[in-house]
Amino acid sequence: MASCSIEDVLAKAERDEAEKLKGITVNKELDLEFDPGNLLAFDKNRLDTREFKDNKREDFLRSLARDNTQLLINEMWKLPTERVEEIIVAKLPDPTTPFPREKPAPKPKPPTKWEQFAKLKGIQKKKKTNLVWDDVHKEWRRRWGYKRAKDDTKEWLIEVPENADPSEDQFAKRNKAKKERVAKNEYNRLKNIARAQKINVPGMGLAPTPRQSKAELAQAVNVAKISTASVGKFQDNLPKEKTPKNTGKRRKFQPLIGDFGSEKQKQLELLKVMDSKKPRLDITKAVNKQMREEDRESAHKRKQGFGKKGRRGNMSGKGKGKGKCPSVDCCQIHKASLVKQSQYKYPTPMGRNIGHS
Amino acid sequence: MKLPGSTGSCRFAGFTVCSFTCSRRCVQTYTMAHRDGIVKAKTRRSKRFLQSREPKLVEGQKSSMIIRGGNTSETVSQALKDVYALKKPNAVLYKRKNMVRPFDDSTALEFFSKKSDCSLFLFGSHNKKRPNNLVFGRMFDFHVLDMFELGIERFVSLRDVKTDTCPEGTKPMLVFSGELFETDREHQRLRNLLTDFFCGPRVSAVRLAGLEHVLHFTALEGKIYMRSYKVLLKKSGCRTPRIQLQDMGPSFDLVMRRSHMPSDDLYITAHKKPQVAKPKKKKNISHDAFGTRLGRLHMQKQDLDKLQTRKMKGLRKRRGGQTAETPATKAPRTDE
Repeated sequence: MASCSIEDVLAKAERDEAEKLKGITVNKELDLEFDPGNLLAFDKNRLDTREFKDNKREDFLRSLARDNTQLLINEMWKLPTERVEEIIVAKLPDPTTPFPREKPAPKPKPPTKWEQFAKLKGIQKKKKTNLVWDDVHKEWRRRWGYKRAKDDTKEWLIEVPENADPSEDQFAKRNKAKKERVAKNEYNRLKNIARAQKINVPGMGLAPTPRQSKAELAQAVNVAKISTASVGKFQDNLPKEKTPKNTGKRRKFQPLIGDFGSEKQKQLELLKVMDSKKPRLDITKAVNKQMREEDRESAHKRKQGFGKKGRRGNMSGKGKGKGKCPSVDCCQIHKASLVKQSQYKYPTPMGRNIGHS
Repeated sequence: MKLPGSTGSCRFAGFTVCSFTCSRRCVQTYTMAHRDGIVKAKTRRSKRFLQSREPKLVEGQKSSMIIRGGNTSETVSQALKDVYALKKPNAVLYKRKNMVRPFDDSTALEFFSKKSDCSLFLFGSHNKKRPNNLVFGRMFDFHVLDMFELGIERFVSLRDVKTDTCPEGTKPMLVFSGELFETDREHQRLRNLLTDFFCGPRVSAVRLAGLEHVLHFTALEGKIYMRSYKVLLKKSGCRTPRIQLQDMGPSFDLVMRRSHMPSDDLYITAHKKPQVAKPKKKKNISHDAFGTRLGRLHMQKQDLDKLQTRKMKGLRKRRGGQTAETPATKAPRTDE
């Protein structure tokens, strides 16, 4: 008896459930495909075309739509909900339908020259305050921009520095300096862009512009000349053109960010030298220099002995005008001999030779 | 790209500014120069505008442009206006006549797309050969990705249906019926395009009471029926409401005409997702059920004969035996 009643109770409960859900259940052959993220439902079932006649078309479509929408709504009500400001809101999952993008994905920008250097040296960006205290106006002002704290352009008085030309316009000089800084900034920005896009741009002054100075043109000509496969070896010169002889680097500098270890060593050594009280004298160098001097003196003396006296005589006449001694050493020797000659009480400029002739 | 040359006394100098005229090519170079960052924006507002047009990692909503063709009938004009009403905040309607033939020459469409930053388009026209023509299309990188030409056979406008409509900008529910959408490749793409066109903004959560609008597409006997209904949520026995639909809005009976499908690699490129930097997962570390952290060590293969073990004095071989262990090894502390 009890078992019967239990079964009855269960059956009754089931029927009640079915009654409740009667409103929202829909029978379909195939289940629908849902994409709640897009509020999308796709019904793959075959449509009965018999019901699809002219006058009943709308009704058929409406009932079909109602069934499918009911299923979609059932699906939506299964999603987790939360209460946002007294409104019940269902959280949507990510959409599963793949859509093509509007624009291609952005490529990560390569770092600029400064960013590379900062990364290498370990320089961190320091966050600066927006406002700075301005003592002149006694208030907080912007760091840069409209009505900034230290505004150079608003100064009506500029002191002329000691070593400057008094007739120079200091205001114009300041303006020009600012323009140069702005132009340099712009140039570097464009260079960064060119490097990022891997566009090869010609160096400073080589791109053609309306006005180019003589030096820039000459540089452009030289660069064009060596831009051949054999680096300008077989390029002929123009009739009066001279090949520049002093090409190449004249000084070699250490790279800016190179071997940190050796940089540290060098700087420590420098400090050590500065600290030590001893004078920095290289004895070997000093001795070698003295020896060379003496050798030169003796060589010159020998030459003097066998040398051309007549030429010396001529030289004395022209001495004050254009005449120069053939070598600087010669004059030095003469000065040295002057010192010696003073002992002999004949203070003639050319010393012994004149006496001789 | 031109770099600045030098002028006069200034070593670094000013640069040529591309003056903006209304010709198309100039617009292209101007926008490209802006995109490359060569020409900087002069105001904050313009900078924000240009940033909004840049490609982003995660894309927002696509806007669409609705263009009127060279000659349009009353049906087509009304249809365009109705679709514009459906897509209101993110659509532009070009009401003037534009002599454009999308299937022959798509450069005009691409120009419009670049100007208005829209990637979806709907082009309506009417001529004797193709009466009441609608072309739905999509762009990728301002080039046409795919296009579908549909002809309107029957159209009921918003004005003709005198019922109250749902507010502008509600995200509609989309329902597709018919196995044709599953089996035929063109119809599959069309389904994707229609979903893309009519689905609203991408949202993370939706108000359940606000699901009012549903667009229903049926593919039957080679035709596509589009109906738009207003959803009425009625009380049912349980939590989930019972649905009743009310006729609303435009309804179309469409027939598929021509189509332009993209090549497979273009389609794949368009779907490419950007490589978002994922945090590097530490390998060989795992956690067991009790929360203890376990690690894995990978060793080289060991020769078990030569393994260094505890030395048992008693087991040592006597007289010329293998004492590979040198006297330098420490004797173990514990006594054996």
